[in-house]
Amino acid sequence: MNALEVLRFAVRGLTANKMRSALTTLGILIGVAAVILLVAVGEGSSQAIQQNIQRLGSNTLTVMQSFSGGGGGGRGGGGGGVVAGGGAGGAQQQQGGTGPRTQAKELTLDDAKALADTTNAPSVKSVSPVVTASAQTATYQGASHSIQQLVGTYPSYFEASNKPVAKGSYFVNDDVLAARKIIVIGQTVAEDLFGTVDPLGKQISITGVPFTVVGVLKEAGSSGFQDGDDVAIAPLPAVQQSLTGFGSLGQIIVQAKTASAVDAAQSEITQILDQRHGITGTTTADYRILNQATLQETVSAATGTFTVLLGAVAAISLLVGGIGITNIMLVTVTERTREIGIRKAIGAPRGAILGQFLAEATMLSLVGGLLGVAIALIGSRFTIAGVQPVIVPTSIVLALGVSVAIGLFFGSYPANRAAKLRPIEALRHE
Amino acid sequence: MTLPGGPLPDGPAGAPPVLDVRQVTKVYGDGDATVHALRGVSLILERGDYVAIMGASGSGKSTLMNILGCLDVPSAGSYLVDGTDVGSLDDRQLAVLRNRKIGFVFQSFNLIPRMSALANVELPLAYGGVSASTRRERALAALDQVGLADRTHHDPNELSGGQQQRVAVARALVTAPSLLLADEPTGNLDTKSTADVLQILDRLSDMGRTIVLITHEDDVALHAKRVIRLVDGLIVEDRRQAPVDGPPPRLSRVGP
Repeated sequence: MNALEVLRFAVRGLTANKMRSALTTLGILIGVAAVILLVAVGEGSSQAIQQNIQRLGSNTLTVMQSFSGGGGGGRGGGGGGVVAGGGAGGAQQQQGGTGPRTQAKELTLDDAKALADTTNAPSVKSVSPVVTASAQTATYQGASHSIQQLVGTYPSYFEASNKPVAKGSYFVNDDVLAARKIIVIGQTVAEDLFGTVDPLGKQISITGVPFTVVGVLKEAGSSGFQDGDDVAIAPLPAVQQSLTGFGSLGQIIVQAKTASAVDAAQSEITQILDQRHGITGTTTADYRILNQATLQETVSAATGTFTVLLGAVAAISLLVGGIGITNIMLVTVTERTREIGIRKAIGAPRGAILGQFLAEATMLSLVGGLLGVAIALIGSRFTIAGVQPVIVPTSIVLALGVSVAIGLFFGSYPANRAAKLRPIEALRHE
Repeated sequence: MTLPGGPLPDGPAGAPPVLDVRQVTKVYGDGDATVHALRGVSLILERGDYVAIMGASGSGKSTLMNILGCLDVPSAGSYLVDGTDVGSLDDRQLAVLRNRKIGFVFQSFNLIPRMSALANVELPLAYGGVSASTRRERALAALDQVGLADRTHHDPNELSGGQQQRVAVARALVTAPSLLLADEPTGNLDTKSTADVLQILDRLSDMGRTIVLITHEDDVALHAKRVIRLVDGLIVEDRRQAPVDGPPPRLSRVGP
């Protein structure tokens, strides 16, 4: 009685009741597919978020006004993107007093210039002051488009925020000094306003102010709810002059010299700004520094938890599938008690009976597992709830291994029961 | 594996009897509900004998059959098959003994459903570890012996009762056991099929096979060389109808 023989008996046993075998297999199939697919969805969303963070630019620190500090801020930069709300009060004046601070200051161009000081901040490569105007209507020959995010900044912004130009050119420092009304637009803006026409050199009007298009940004893709291509970038004074006014800055983007210098740059910025804003140990800072590395860590920790949760839910369905196997095998053993008795009467050793039923259970779970992997691989080709799933190979190995283990574990009880049957009682069973 | 003796029934002279039953009793239940199915049965069966065990229902003949077939263990007394004391064997050795030494034919055929006649006959050989090609050869020979060479690939539900019982006989024969145990083999069959099956048993006996036939029909018992009658768990009659080494009394000289 070799192993192959036992397997043949098991296959025959399973095919004898195809519908039942198929349904039991389905339980495991769903469990395995769910584990792999949900982990893949978790991984996919995690990677998407990571990419979005990466898209913000590398080695960059974003300095922005701190949220707490109360009202005001109608004038100036605030608005688009991650920078919400204006600052607290004017540069010198005190507003409302809702916050604990007595002297909240806005971020100014002077702050930005101080950060660019190579003696005080040797780790800083470039500093880009940014003002943002959101939902500005741009028109070109009757076509109109509301630009989600209009950024006024310095040329170093393009590199720091990872926004390369695909067509045309960047603007340069001279353009900033001269406050020239030129603009680099994103793909979405270009398509909406110009369609197939080449936008370079054309003049568009943003809330009545004419800007000449000099470049089109490389496509960035959308990040969740925000279209990364629905942007336009112009020299800082040009935007301030015509749209936002010369108030506070929305944010300052600082690029560190290297990835390892990011932390050093952060402490240098803190020092300079603390000094300029009169922040001491007892007062809360009126600005925040967003460190991309820290952000990335936090986000991956959060998405990791998310993935584990999804996996756990799926694992429960795998467990339920396993119990389904026990159930159906118990029914099978009861139903085939007489057959087991016959087999024993003609000399089947206990091991052969045990092997046959164990093999049947394991085959159910293995086939279910393999089909589950196939379904998961097919399913992962589609976008699920806006997320492109990314298959984690270890999840396949794990789910398949667990499904086989489930077959062995949950099948062992019924198989043992079959093997232990006394032939005389089994034969009397009707 | 661990059992002595060759597969063929006609062993060397002076070999132990095929069956040696010594003062076997079987008690079911306890207290007031105690049932004494066997009250001390002793029986020696020579090689080549053809014995019919008769008795009304409740006489203990089925219990005796189960003990002879090593499906059940006696409450007291000992039982030897080919000189091996069955009481001393463990579960695995009992399985081997059932496989090698005993062939069963049941009243209700007990073929495994959804397996062809050939596969059913091959099954004891598969459990005995015989190679696939030898197995097929021997199974086909056994089916040929019971006149079913043309039904090898039919499933049990495609065969008549008589044909199913003949497959069961072939399955019992295929391992060349020391003892063929038939429990009311004709109980579920019509007259024609009964005659077919009994003819096969007669022929096997003539070829030297040791057979124990359990029945309650006198017509069937007439085919045996020796008739044992059980009443209330005791042997009340042990009558010889033909010599052990001669042909069975009703052997039809015209083969099928």
